[in-house]
Order: sequence, then C-alpha cells, then structure tokens
Amino acid sequence: MKSVIASIRLALVTLAIVVGGYTALILGIAQVFTPTAQGSLIQNVEGKIIGSSLIAQKFTQPKYFWPRPSAVDYNASGAGGSNKSPTSADLTDRAGKTLAEHGATAEKPLPADLAAASGSGLDPHITEHGALYQAERVAKARGLPQDKVEALIHRHAFAPGGFLTPEKLVNVLELNLALDAGL
Amino acid sequence: MNAFLFIVLIVGLSAVLSWPLGRYLKWAMDPELGQASFFDRLFHMFGGRLTNQAQNWKQYSLSLLVFNLVIFSVSFAFLALQHHLPLNPDGKGPLEGSLIFNTAASFVTNTNLQHYSGEAAMSYLSQLCALMWLQFVTPAVGLAALAAIARGVAGRKEMGNFFLDLQRATFLVMLPVAVIVAVLFLIGGMPMTLQGAAKVMTLEGVEQVIARGPVAAFIAIKQIGTNGGGYFGPNSTHPFENPSFLTNIISTVAIIWIPMGCVWMFGRITRRIHHASIVFAVMFVLMSCRIVGAVYYESAPTQAFSKLAVEQTTGNLEGKELRFGTAAGPLWAVLTTSTSNGSVNSMHDSLNPMTGLMPMIGMWLNEDFGGVGVGFINMFIYLILGVFVAGMMVGRTPEYLGRRVESHEVKLAVLALFVHALFILAPTALFAATDWGAKTLNNVGAHGFSEILYEFSSASANNGSGFEGLGDNTIPWNVATGLVMLLARFIPIIFPLAIAGSLAAKKPSAESAGTLGVENLTFGFMLLATILFIGALTFFPAATLGPIAEHLQFMG
Repeated sequence: MKSVIASIRLALVTLAIVVGGYTALILGIAQVFTPTAQGSLIQNVEGKIIGSSLIAQKFTQPKYFWPRPSAVDYNASGAGGSNKSPTSADLTDRAGKTLAEHGATAEKPLPADLAAASGSGLDPHITEHGALYQAERVAKARGLPQDKVEALIHRHAFAPGGFLTPEKLVNVLELNLALDAGL
Repeated sequence: MNAFLFIVLIVGLSAVLSWPLGRYLKWAMDPELGQASFFDRLFHMFGGRLTNQAQNWKQYSLSLLVFNLVIFSVSFAFLALQHHLPLNPDGKGPLEGSLIFNTAASFVTNTNLQHYSGEAAMSYLSQLCALMWLQFVTPAVGLAALAAIARGVAGRKEMGNFFLDLQRATFLVMLPVAVIVAVLFLIGGMPMTLQGAAKVMTLEGVEQVIARGPVAAFIAIKQIGTNGGGYFGPNSTHPFENPSFLTNIISTVAIIWIPMGCVWMFGRITRRIHHASIVFAVMFVLMSCRIVGAVYYESAPTQAFSKLAVEQTTGNLEGKELRFGTAAGPLWAVLTTSTSNGSVNSMHDSLNPMTGLMPMIGMWLNEDFGGVGVGFINMFIYLILGVFVAGMMVGRTPEYLGRRVESHEVKLAVLALFVHALFILAPTALFAATDWGAKTLNNVGAHGFSEILYEFSSASANNGSGFEGLGDNTIPWNVATGLVMLLARFIPIIFPLAIAGSLAAKKPSAESAGTLGVENLTFGFMLLATILFIGALTFFPAATLGPIAEHLQFMG
C-alpha cells in the first residue's frame, strides 16, 4: 500500500516537472529565439503564407518543378511512405506512371529520386540533377531561356552535409517561389 | 568514402562521448556518501518516507511493478478521455479500446510500437501527458533497475531504493539531457508550438493542412530515452521531426549515447571497468558488423526499377529522405534496433531484403547496446550463460565477478532468454498461419512474412519500429503485441534482479590463478560466441523464410 502511495506521488511530481515544466521551458525558448518554431512557414511576394519550406506540396503544372512522388499525395496531416518492398511489382507499376508524366525515355532516363517515393511523402527536396532534368519543361512552359532556369537551379543548389554529402539538393517550393517572383 | 566518414563520425563521436557520460551516470545514480545529498533530500521530499528505506531485490521489484501499474493506469486514462480533455485544438476524437490498451502498454514498456498515426489520432494533451511523460519515466525505470543489479553484483546486500533511483534517473539524467537536445533541435529548425494545424493555400491554389505541435520537446526525449515513438506517423523521416542533416546527426548520436554510457556506469558501480570495456567491445563488434552489412546491402539500387528508364546511382531511395545523405538510412536502421529505440529515418518496409534483416538481428539479440538500462541487463543474462558455459568447458566452477554461478542463476537466465524467443516465434507462426496476420499485409510472398516476423520481434524486444505497411491497428494485433510487450519487458527485468539478489547473498570467493577471468580477450570471444550461437540456432530458420528467401528470389 505504501508503495502505491509513493508511486502516485511520483507520478504527479514527474508529470508536473517533466511534462509541465519541461514543455513550458522549451516552448518559451522556441517562441522567443527561433522564428522557425511555428513550422518554417513561408510567404509569397504578396506576403501571403503559402506553405512550409520543410514540407513538400503538390505540383502538377508544367511551369513548376515537381517534387518526389508521395505515397500520401502530399497530405501534410497524414504523412507516410509507400512501405512497399523494393522488389514489389506495385513499385514497378507506380514508377511506370511517374516516368510517363516526366516523359522519360531510355535515352533520357529519370533520376532515381524522382521515381522513388520519400519516407514521409513530404520530402521538400529533389536532387540538383532531378531539377536540371525538369528545366527544359519548365523553361518551355514559361517561355524562358533554358539556361536562365538552369542558372536559377545552380543558385539554389546546396550540399546538406557539406563534403559528407556530395550530392547537391534543391528545395522545390523555394525554387518555384523564385520562378513566380521572376527568377 | 563519404559514407564511411559519416559513419565513423557518428559512431566514434557517440563512443567517445559515452565515457564522460558513464562517469556522470555513476555520480547521478549511485552517489558516494555525501555526494549529491541535496538532490537526495529533495527526492525524499517528493517521494515520502518510503524513499529512505533500503530494499532487497524482492522489495525493489515489487516497487518497480507497482509504479508501472500506476503509470499504466494514468496514461490509459489520459488516452481514453482525450476527447473530453483540453489542449486539443484540432478536435481529435476518441480512440478505440484495444488501441488504447496497446498504446499504453507500448509506452509503459518503453517500446513505443505505434498502431496509430500521431498527427491524425492524438490530441496535444495525449502526446504530452500520456506519451511524452512515459518517454521520460520508462527509461528511468530501466536505468534504476540496472543500478540495482550492479549494486547486487558488487555484493551489496541492499540493492538501493527504487523510488529514489527512479527520481535520480528522471531528474538528473533524462531531464537535463532532453533540455540540451531539444534546444539543439530548435536551432536545427524543428517546430515547437501549441497552435493547431496550419491551413495554407499552395502555389497551385489547393488547400494544404500542415499538422504541427510541440515537436522539439517530444523528439528530444524520444531519441535519448530509447523510446522511438514519433510525434508524426512516419517518425523521423518527417521533415518536422528531422528537418536537416544536422538534426539527423544529433538524433542518431542521441539514439546510442545513453545505452553506451550504461555499460560504463555498470563498470563504475561494480568497480570493474576492465570487465565493462570487454563487454563494450563485444557489443561494439556486433553492432559494427550489422552497420557494414546494412550499408552494403542498401547500396544496391531499387530492384523494382531495374528494367525501367530510371537512372540509379545512389542505391535504394524508396522510403528515404534526401537531406540526410545515402548512408544515413541503413546506419540509423541498425542503431535504432541495436538499442531498443525503434525510431526510423527511412521506411524499414522499403529497405532491401538483406538490409531489413540487419535490424531484425539487432532485435533478436537485443543487447548491443540495448535499451536504456535494460540493454545491459539483457547482456547480463548472456554474461551469466557465458561464464557458465566457459566453466563447464574447462571443468571449473563458474564464477561471475567473484561469486559462484550455480543452477538457480542459470535457470533464471535461460528462462529470461527463452521467453524472448518464444514471444517472437510462436505468435509469428500463429499470425502467419491465420487471417489475423495474412489479411493485414501490405506486401506479398516472403516480404509479407517478414512484416509479421518484424512486428513481433519489435514487440518482444521492446523496440517499436516496424515494417509499417502492416495494417496493424486491428484487435488481434493490438491485444497480441500489447501482451507480448508487457511480458517481454518485465520478465527480463525481474529475473536478472533475482539473479543479482542471489549473487549478492553469496560469500565472495577469493580470485586466484584458477579463476576464469572476465577481464580478458579470451572471455570477450567466449561471450561473442555464446551470443552468436544462441542467436543463430534460435532465429536462423525464421530468417530464411523471410528476408533471405526474398533476397534469393529477387536479388541473386
């Protein structure tokens, strides 16, 4: 009986300190010091919030760069991956559709990151290679010279881990925002 | 080459940082007279008179079980009533009964198997007061139990006081480390807010609802306490739960850091730091072999794309995020199952067949480095068996740290090992043979079997990761894995406590030239062989039916 009372006392004390106190402390630090604490929301040129720089959104129009395939159709309130085995015939079928959308051919194969669905279905990045692959379509749809679009891609490309990750990435939403803002 | 550097950086950093942590853990969990007396007075005030009493192994175990019963009830109540309680800005509804049981069992046992999706099912209050709370106190339970076992092995008659140890672990270990990691996560761009989901209009003019919440605080303790239960459904693949390369490195180190430190804590409490180094080395070798295996097998491209016009240069990308780099997925998969963490930064269901075997082996062995506290406790079982087998082989009386290991201790150790294997293999067979399992699969053939095998391995190892394609939110899955998690948590804590209690009661024998040492390399190899033989004999048949069959069918 004594240990039941001691357990209840400790349940209450730990709830107060590690849930109440700890959450309040981290919340306070977040709200005062880190502007990204609301979810890295970003605005367009008119100052309207149009998404989060960390979260992929769906793009289907030819004038925009397209993100990686999403098993949850870019649902940012129900994220998830395909959970298909890499040997699954379902993946072959799905990739077939993606290849058709991108107009990939044996001469112009699609970079793998644009064929494989991300783990969260919300990966905000594609490889620089995957963006350059789409440059021709985007440039044509916008009536822009292709080298200008490619220059924009190079300006946005970054290596997330420096020399540890030589493959460069671009943030799709930020790239598309820059396009809409007139390069 | 880059991948190699990345792995050495993370694993090396964790190992180096675990040494000072071990020193701190000893100070916090088992202070010398006069050390940390301010905190002890505070903890006596919090816990009442009972925290003053020295306990033997039976009293210690009983207190541990009672406390777990209380926290199970409290978290069950929070989850069951979430739709009536505050801090629910997105109006989450009630949860189904068997899911509440499964979730409470899962978080009380430090497993964090999740048959729900966080952002879809849980209110902010449930996330914080039920789930995050248990993520603090359940690793503390493991750390307390390890401290008690170490005291017993060191020959002290009293094994400490559970309520005092629990508070030391919660307030002096988990809390300060969580604060540091949470602040680093905030700097890395993780959200931390109590506002409801953000509703935005995308560039193409479609509404997107972006779930968010008090993420940074939650993820910090999730990573350091070998918890692994994510805030969002897809865990640390989610950009809010792991926004950048940097947060991924911090998260990866956080998985393994305290489990590594536990080995040094055991060495310091028992004053056998050389013995601890040998055990650390054995664990490190087992873990490194699986890391090499996982990174190697995951460098094979996605087999399903092999006949299509896809340019594959960086290995299998299905289920992975780009910002972490190519080696980050398989490395994390091994570390999260070496420990009983169970968080993921890539979808394990979409790992190449043989890569997927590596996390399973981690959960089957479940001791290198294992969960906070309980990992070393699992290793303790192998240690008892190791000295016993070695003693039999050379015809000497087996001893562990100067005390004779006899049939009573060996029986308990064998039983504790046996239940782990039983709870994985028996229900896997049952679910594979019936609609309970067969109707819930997301993949066909051998990979479907792997989904069932992985789920029960994860439940019994108190790991919590999964082949998440499995449709596991059904009553049979919720009840079966719930029971497995509870039994597989408490039997392997209580039996070793009993062994330690029994060892403590024996007269120490003087160590002589005839004693089998546990502080040399020979013993290290003996221990390694014991683990590998037992593991292979138990689990190899199941492995051949799942990942190995799939590999031979498709990748050969």
